[in-house]
Amino acid sequence: MSQKKATREAYGEALAEFGGKYDLVVLDADLSKSTKTDTFRQKYPDRFINCGIAEANMMSIAAGIATTGKTVFASSFAMFAAGRAYEQVRNSIAYPELNVKIGATHAGISVGEDGATHQPIEDISLMRAIPGMVVISPADGYEARGAVEAAILHKGPVYLRFGRLAVPYVNEPDYKFELGKGVTLKDGSDITIISTGLMVKEALDASDILKNEGISARVINIHTIKPIDKEIIIKAARETGAVITAEEHNIIGGLGSAVAEVLVENFPVKMIRVGINDKFGKSGKPLALLEEYGLTASNIVSNAKKLLNK
Amino acid sequence: MNNKELMLIAYKVKKHVIDAVHSAGSGHPGGSLSISETLALLYFEEMQNLDINNPKNPDRDRFVLSKGHCSPALYGVLAEKGFFCRDLVKGFRQIDSCMQGHPSIKDVPGVDMSTGSLGQGISAACGMAISAKLDNKSYRVYSVMGDGETQEGQVWEAAMFAAHYKLDNLCAVLDFNGLQIDGNITDVMSPLPLDEKFKAFNWNVIYAEAHDFDSLRSGFAKARECKGKPSIIIAKSTKGKGVSFMENAAGWHGNAPNDEQYAIASAELDAVITELGGVG
Repeated sequence: MSQKKATREAYGEALAEFGGKYDLVVLDADLSKSTKTDTFRQKYPDRFINCGIAEANMMSIAAGIATTGKTVFASSFAMFAAGRAYEQVRNSIAYPELNVKIGATHAGISVGEDGATHQPIEDISLMRAIPGMVVISPADGYEARGAVEAAILHKGPVYLRFGRLAVPYVNEPDYKFELGKGVTLKDGSDITIISTGLMVKEALDASDILKNEGISARVINIHTIKPIDKEIIIKAARETGAVITAEEHNIIGGLGSAVAEVLVENFPVKMIRVGINDKFGKSGKPLALLEEYGLTASNIVSNAKKLLNK
Repeated sequence: MNNKELMLIAYKVKKHVIDAVHSAGSGHPGGSLSISETLALLYFEEMQNLDINNPKNPDRDRFVLSKGHCSPALYGVLAEKGFFCRDLVKGFRQIDSCMQGHPSIKDVPGVDMSTGSLGQGISAACGMAISAKLDNKSYRVYSVMGDGETQEGQVWEAAMFAAHYKLDNLCAVLDFNGLQIDGNITDVMSPLPLDEKFKAFNWNVIYAEAHDFDSLRSGFAKARECKGKPSIIIAKSTKGKGVSFMENAAGWHGNAPNDEQYAIASAELDAVITELGGVG
């Protein structure tokens, strides 16, 4: 478990791996070395199309190709895929329900040194508000690989959120990804930590710390933010009575909001959303930024204790 | 098909436009009337392998209405072609009809791409054209853009893409009527010179008269003959063509005629249809 891999790295490898099994076309906007679609390009140059620095055009191109029956991956940084090209994703891809998978890398503040202009903290919110869009945020390399194949097998638009930073594995190599199914990584009875992306590892660490302090914390990984696994969330709320969400995203509109929506309508419990507290990121080393913005196991621990009045 | 037969179809399309927009009480008659002849020629002569019983025939030529607000003309020509019943067009923009305000691939048989947000259709057309290249298929892709639409930056992203990938199976038509909602294109935000811009983007630029079938026909033939470059036909048109009071009037870009205006427009179109030997 000491090995690390960025989910973008696993994404590129998965595209190259599944390129032999499925009829894929991969598009990028001059970032293939960073998004790792270059791994696919090296193996299948004839099915890779560089669109240049023109993300809006790329999304509508992807839509046009998809009308001819192909499965298309369109990749860029999450900032541009979900942000700059939002309306193309909505109107060209999602409204016609076309089979386009948006491979968005460099999500969140763990982008690091590039700073706020390249650190999307709103993309989950934007994408999950689009009717019919599936939103996946994998926690590690194994999950990223599984998510890519699940996205290929799902008919219709999918938004895949990958990170730049190499992150530890939280799953086993034989991990089976199930679209729309949350994963209970650790059982617990006093509180539940629901997390996504690189915060899953922090949630697991927080659970260990809490255990030493006599608090039994359940850890759930919600890799599919939409459609969300309501059952696992309601069950956890019912059984533990308190919920912390943890995400590398603005606390407005992301996983925390999605979980809150499920709970207020079904089984309201005490809840705190750990995430980026409605402010822009900035330049810095990724780990230092995660620390400064409270995206750490220790911040989850203090919020858990606050929620439990301990 | 001879020019007279094509003109009859174009005027039937214009009649659909007026009927649809009047019954909806909203819509975009001006630009729909300016592209009616182009759509008639495309769907009844130029485009190959269209099959009304198999609208998704993989080998068909494709059409993307990048200026999606001119949907009444597209619905009209698809109805005349036989993709669906003519009466459906009158349900345009109504809640219990599939005739969406802007073309929807999911709702209307024969529509090849959902459009409406300007600039996106031409990109989607590029996507279809490059897909044909990937598969070594011979189908062609046509797309009609507005002149005002070229103010969208995405059009130029698409223009760069199409030339870079040598999409000679793509033929765009620019409906050059000179007007947009807020007035003359040169007053609002001049995109001119459009021909020089497309030439600079390495496109094959062809000039045509949008209401003259011989001119359009020769334009499409030149586009087919051109290898290694995408083509654009700059089709000089009259906005509102065929309805006297709508001609060259920006005010008819996005307004529906009232009952009185509708009666005049219908009578004018019916007169031409009857003269051409059709039933008005």
